[in-house]
Formats: sequence, C-alpha cells, structure tokens
Amino acid sequence: MAENITLEIVTPEKAVVSEEAQIVMAPGSLGEFGVLSGHTPFMTSLKLGVVRYVDKANKERFVFVSGGFAEALPKRVTILAESAERRKDIDIERAKAALVRAEERLAKEGDDKIDFTRARAALARALLRIRLAETARL
Amino acid sequence: MATLKEVKLKITAVKKTKQITKAMNMVAASRLRGAQTRMEGFRPYAGKFEEVLGSLAKSAGEESSPLLLARDEVKKAHIILCTSDRGLCGGFNANLIEKADDLAAELTAKGIEVSFTAFGKKGRDWMRREKLNIVDQHLGVVGGSFGFSVASKAGRKMVSSFLASDFDQVFIVYAEFLSMAKQMPLTKQLLPIPPLEKKEEDADAPYQAEHITEPSPEGLLGELLPKSVDVQIYRALLETSTSEHAARMMAMDNATKACNDMIGNLTLAYNKARQSAITAELMDIVGGAEALKG
Repeated sequence: MAENITLEIVTPEKAVVSEEAQIVMAPGSLGEFGVLSGHTPFMTSLKLGVVRYVDKANKERFVFVSGGFAEALPKRVTILAESAERRKDIDIERAKAALVRAEERLAKEGDDKIDFTRARAALARALLRIRLAETARL
Repeated sequence: MATLKEVKLKITAVKKTKQITKAMNMVAASRLRGAQTRMEGFRPYAGKFEEVLGSLAKSAGEESSPLLLARDEVKKAHIILCTSDRGLCGGFNANLIEKADDLAAELTAKGIEVSFTAFGKKGRDWMRREKLNIVDQHLGVVGGSFGFSVASKAGRKMVSSFLASDFDQVFIVYAEFLSMAKQMPLTKQLLPIPPLEKKEEDADAPYQAEHITEPSPEGLLGELLPKSVDVQIYRALLETSTSEHAARMMAMDNATKACNDMIGNLTLAYNKARQSAITAELMDIVGGAEALKG
C-alpha cells in the first residue's frame, strides 16, 4: 500500500482537519483533482464543493468547503478555506435558514447585480451543505 | 474633620465602586481568554496563507497584479481605524486615535485627501467630533465574536475602491497585542500590498520543484492577493479585540487597587474620628463627675 499523505484543512476560525489520508480529492477551480502521496508540487484555487478523503482506517470522509486554495506537496496537502465543515458538523438548520434567506433575496427582482450574485452564491452554499448533510454520498 | 457619618457613607460608596471594578476586571479576563483562543485558532490559517503566498510570489512576477503596484501620484488615502466600542479601558482608545491622527496629519501635509473607515464606536465618535470624512463604520465588531465575513466584506470594499482609484493608498491602524501589560498601536499599509517577502531558499529543506499551478500563477495570485487584504484586516481586528480586553483588565485592576487605598485611608480617618469622639465623651463624663463631687 502506498504511503499516507498529511491533510490539513484550515479556516480563519480553526483548523478543521489535520490527519493522515490515503487519498485526497478536492474541487479545483479547473476541475476536481485527486492527490496521492508523492504528488508533484501543485497549487490551485478551489471552488465551492466537497473535499473527500480516505482516512487511515479506510473510511471515506467528506468535508464541505466554500472555496479557497489548495497546495499539494509530496507529503502534504494544505487546504485554506474561508469556511469548512466536516459532514457531521454541518448545521442543517442554519443552512436551511440561509437557503430561505437566499431564495427571498433572489425573488426580489431589480436589485443591483452584486447583491444578486452574492445571493446566488449563498444559495449554492446552502444547497450544497444540505445535500451533503442529508446524503451519505454526493 | 468630617463627621463620623460622612466618612462612613464615603467608605460604603468606595466599596461599591470596588465591587464594580472588580467584576469588570473578571469579565474582561474571561473575554480575554476567549479572544486569545480565537487568535490562536487563526494562527494556522494565517501561517499557511503566508506560506502559500510566499511560494507563489517566487513563481509570479511582481507586476502581475495591480494590487502590488504603488501609484506614482497619491491623491487620496484611506485609513481604517480599529478601536473599541466601550470605554473604561485606560488610554487604549486615546492611543489608537492619536496614532491615526498623526498619520492623517502627515498625509494631509503632503496634500493627500484622507477618508476613514471606523471599526468601533470610540473611533467613530472621534471622527464625528473632528468632522472627518467617514466612508464606512462598523460597530459591535471589536471585542465581540465576529466572523471572518466581517473582514472579507471590508476587504472586498477596500480592494474595489482601490481598483476604482477612489483610494490610492489604504492604511489600517490597530492595537497589536504584545502581552497582558503591553498593547501597541500600529499602522500597516494594506494597499498597495507591500512587496511580498519571497521565501528564503532553505539550504537544508528537501528539493522542491516549482509548483504547477491552476490557473496560471498570475491568475492564482490575482485571487490570493485580495484575500490577503481580508486576512490582514481580520488579524488586526482580532489583535485589537484581544488588546481591548487586556487593556480593560489592567485599567480595572488599577481602579480596584486605588479603591483599596482609598478604603484604607478612609477607615483610618473614621477610626481617628471615632476615637476622638470617645475621648471627648469621656472628658465630659469625668468633668461632670468632678463637678458633682465639688
């Protein structure tokens, strides 16, 4: 079996994940990518999505990320995200409230464009959180 | 000499004040712990962020982003001032305001127009008093439990104003938390972003090939740099919050000590007054008895 790789997911509030993984898959802005130990140095921005990794005990884990950056080194993957939550830590009630808020905002037409794009981003975040929390797998 | 009753009342009043200052001291202490925990929670992110930025700066040119370029002619500058919302924290806010005032005076002397963003009520009040140009104000942030979104919102606004040439320079004035007893008002330039420190090549670090980047290094830097402004603002807010609580703790500690001194002095005065009253009464009685004998 291949060597493990250290995965670190950090947000401004705290370090969310810091553990060994067999493989890490992340939503790069130009497409999803997977990292195994010994990866060539690689850096990319991330879009909203789910980081998946297989931990030492062969369990597949899911982490919500709201976009950010990832750096892969031969023995280490670092993910910087503005917000990140493990699947079990997602606050469904909050996500649902955010969904309602975003929908309301989108329903109001004629608002300026910035608000619109922001509401759409909020909507996408809320939907993904809910979907991830409610299903075992995307 | 004050009468017995007056002194007694005064002692009770000072004791009550002492209770309040002591309670405030304890509240500040517990808030300080919270703020410090958050600062520590942010450290890994900030550290990693700098690492990533540093390694990217190696591969991308300096001229790759307008956020890095200093303007030849600076006409408008912007100052973000972080202060606390509430007082009773010694010279904390006054020191910060002085720092901002100095900076503004220096800029104005060069013929630069200065505008302000206020984080915290004390700074905002000062700007109003001085009739300064307030572009934006955020209250209830410093000292509370704010999220990163506050900083990124402000950061986005700064970056877009900078790109639209509404500001040619942006500074932030905040209190750096050095220790429990020392908080230092500091000024930092946010925009244009000061030259990135390129990572020193570590001699004993293992070989490291140039990163493959997606999108291009320039594109990636273009996304990272605005975020680095958010990170700076967030850090400044965290530092200021922690400093505020530390400053308040110190101020309240001093106030409690002053109360203790006062109580001591007053009790002394009270006892003296009581004794002299007793002596006077005794003299009276003795005098009366002598007179009856006579």
